[in-house]
Amino acid sequence: MSVAGTTGWVGRSIRRLEDPALIAGRGRFTADLPAAHRVRFVRSQHAAGRIAKIAAPHGAMVITAADLKDVKPIRPMLHKFDYVPIGQPVLANERVRFVGEAIAAVVAASEAQAEDAVDAIEVDIAPADPVIDARAALAAGAPLVHDEVAGNVIVKGAVETPEFAAARAGADRLVHVEIRSRRQNATPLEPRGGHAVFDPASGRITLTCATQMPHLTRTAIADLLGLPEARLRVVAPDVGGGFGQKMSLAPEYVLLVWLARKLQSSVAWSEDRRENLIASFHSRDQYLTLEGAFDRDAKLVALSADVTVNIGAYSCFPVTGAAEPLMCMVELPGPYDVRGYRCSTRGVVTHTCPVAPYRGVARPAITFALERLMDRAAAAFGLEPSELRRRNLIDRFPYVSATGFTFDEASYVETMELAVKQIDLPAFRARQKEARARGRYLGIGLSTFSERTGYGTPAFAARGMEITPGWETVDIVMDPSGFVEARIGSSPHGQGLRTTLAQIIADEIGVEPRMIRVVHGDTDRTPYGFGTFASRSLVIAGGASLLAARKVRRKLTKIAGHLLEASADDIVLEGGAAKVAGTDRSIPIATLARAAYHQLHRFKGEIEPGVVESATYDPGGTFSNACHVAIVEVDAETGRVTLEKFLAAEDAGRIINPMIVDGQIHGGIAQGIGNALLEEIVYDATGNVLTTTLADFLPPTAREIPPIELHHLETMSEATVTRAKGVGEGGTIGAPAAVINAINDAIAPFGAEINEMPATPQRVRAALRAAEKRP
Amino acid sequence: MSGKRDIVLNVNGRDHAIRVEPRRTLVDAIREDCGLTGTHIGCEHGVCGACTVLVDGGPVRACLMFAVQADGKAIRTVEGLASGDELTVLQRAFMEHHGLQCGFCTPGFLMLVTGVLEREPDIGDDELIDVLASNLCRCTGYQNIIKAVRAAARELRAGA
Repeated sequence: MSVAGTTGWVGRSIRRLEDPALIAGRGRFTADLPAAHRVRFVRSQHAAGRIAKIAAPHGAMVITAADLKDVKPIRPMLHKFDYVPIGQPVLANERVRFVGEAIAAVVAASEAQAEDAVDAIEVDIAPADPVIDARAALAAGAPLVHDEVAGNVIVKGAVETPEFAAARAGADRLVHVEIRSRRQNATPLEPRGGHAVFDPASGRITLTCATQMPHLTRTAIADLLGLPEARLRVVAPDVGGGFGQKMSLAPEYVLLVWLARKLQSSVAWSEDRRENLIASFHSRDQYLTLEGAFDRDAKLVALSADVTVNIGAYSCFPVTGAAEPLMCMVELPGPYDVRGYRCSTRGVVTHTCPVAPYRGVARPAITFALERLMDRAAAAFGLEPSELRRRNLIDRFPYVSATGFTFDEASYVETMELAVKQIDLPAFRARQKEARARGRYLGIGLSTFSERTGYGTPAFAARGMEITPGWETVDIVMDPSGFVEARIGSSPHGQGLRTTLAQIIADEIGVEPRMIRVVHGDTDRTPYGFGTFASRSLVIAGGASLLAARKVRRKLTKIAGHLLEASADDIVLEGGAAKVAGTDRSIPIATLARAAYHQLHRFKGEIEPGVVESATYDPGGTFSNACHVAIVEVDAETGRVTLEKFLAAEDAGRIINPMIVDGQIHGGIAQGIGNALLEEIVYDATGNVLTTTLADFLPPTAREIPPIELHHLETMSEATVTRAKGVGEGGTIGAPAAVINAINDAIAPFGAEINEMPATPQRVRAALRAAEKRP
Repeated sequence: MSGKRDIVLNVNGRDHAIRVEPRRTLVDAIREDCGLTGTHIGCEHGVCGACTVLVDGGPVRACLMFAVQADGKAIRTVEGLASGDELTVLQRAFMEHHGLQCGFCTPGFLMLVTGVLEREPDIGDDELIDVLASNLCRCTGYQNIIKAVRAAARELRAGA
């Protein structure tokens, strides 16, 4: 990314530096570590009730809340929006609030022995009436999940722009939609797990765990246990996917650290899949009601929304359960130009597993709602869905939205035009018509959206969070041999950041990416940082990498200037050497490094020793964008939906590694397709989870995911120093709306409609049965 | 618990004489008794396929087989694919086509496909999708796994 044109590494699909270890089975995941003690948890089988008795067999080592009196409950804080702080005890204390809540921990020499002991423990719970559904929890007289949370509402927000009332009153047509986004689970293939070991020499504890945020994990656990942070080291080794589920603090990890201190030994816990499905973190459980007011030209002039989010029994650390409802409120207008906006939103506690951010956070649901509204409006006006969007998408920049966001340069219209052209809409409509005549129901669905990424400090501060993430720091160290280490506070877990950051740095300092090791996921080895979530790492840690690498470049050119007796301004770094521009004079970069450490006398006091630079980056935020198109066939008898094709035209600004960007989008879309069609955590009326295996909760397989065709635009926005925007979540944000719009297009001849996610065969079939028309 | 049993697991050509409870699963024995942690545990219900290994040449969910059932059988795991630093065609194809992201499911996919391509080198592209649908990946959306596996199958056929 050097300023003067480039033969560089950025923009190339180089192979990932992560792969050689992983491909050979040499990855190191948390569960691979040996431990002297294994921990299993006794979990509540009741959604609500009081713990009357816990009876353990003689000789078993069992920890309960009574042992943890000196451990504070997890109590994340928000200072706005009427937030009511609630605490989650590390082990349930007197009351249980969801099925799966940990009541006791059993410690044994092996996992099997610990499980035997769990089976032998008697827990007597006096059950109480639970409340499972968010709307039910809002009803008068509903059971209270926490005594201090009146009406079960822990956060509420409301906004109305000055333009709203008049715009709505003057509208030509009102269009409504009511959306249900059911509860889901991010389902990383590696469940959570932790390993804590006490070091008798230093008195320190090292917690290795499957986390997306090692530094915040250390802060949180040190606070809860009353330890100085220096006593604790947190390591995120290879982490087998996260998707948000591993960015919230697991109470289990707090207990592991407490146990390692108590036992002065090593203890480990590997979450099993059932625990993951009932008691890790859930997501997406919301109701959205939208009304769009359109003028006679089908231009959206006023949008109003009511949002209710089920946040489960406790508030997740650090972002709190307010993240979903508040993000819905501020981001709901999406990529559309609308000045009149009104929204009320609330987060509701229930007797269910806590809900935490999952890839897309709020936006899969709001995009689903908004894109259904747009399709309903298109039908009402008799327009192609693409034409209605064309009239409403933001097309001038910078654009300040109704909720006060500044949209940087993007390509909302252009990506849609590209997608519609590539899919050949007229040809599809002809094919659809012909298929319908033969009793086959094809449908096409569109989804246009923005993906806000690279949230800096002000973005999180606006939410009133006690812990305000935003910046990232990168330290770059060139050792005397010329090898480079970039130490980052971000914590990638599959995104390929070791490769992409190395590409960015390589272009600045003229060495190959393989000479650059990106070190992450170890609080002893890396600068403080917030971790990897919210599509932020390439933007923020990437920006900090670029800024730090520029400092390294300046230092190296200065050193080279001395050694080559030239002006530092005339030095270029490339191919592992420093060269005097326009001459054949050059010197290996490794020689510069050597001199900076070992021959300081050559620089007459004008060079500080070593090559060690650091930079922090805290951007204002940016917006990626895309248009997704799905083509489906619906079996009108069974309700089965088959995806024929999926196409996305996206714009994430400058692409550092096209292969990795495509991989992120593929994976995001596949999750969005799973969210749209298959994945649902089902509770029964008593609060028991019915989907406790991956044969019940259904992530898609290679059979369900169609070929995904990608097209890229690269708008070089000034909003980030690398010109790159984030791309981690877009696939999952856009895909559900595209798929369900396509289903609705397919079943339109029946007069049927489905506004629920996932649109399972049962629901599609029920919608068809309830419809009046026969095509 | 009933008494432990002495068995020999032959993993990647090497015998491991181990003593296990009859209830111990093959995947636990491979990971903990043989110390080979490249085989991963994703669900323990036989659904996700992360623990897939080859037993006497065929893909097996190592979480659904007891270690004692594998006594004396030839087991292959991801650690046995490469010879030294020489990766297999399939491993190289996964790297070239970006068939892995977090890498947790990868050993299971590699063993699944290795077993299938050894038995059915001429397997068709569509049948391969059915095979790949045996295992779950949460990162890649399968696009690049499919690409990698088809490329490896072609290369193996060309070299055969």
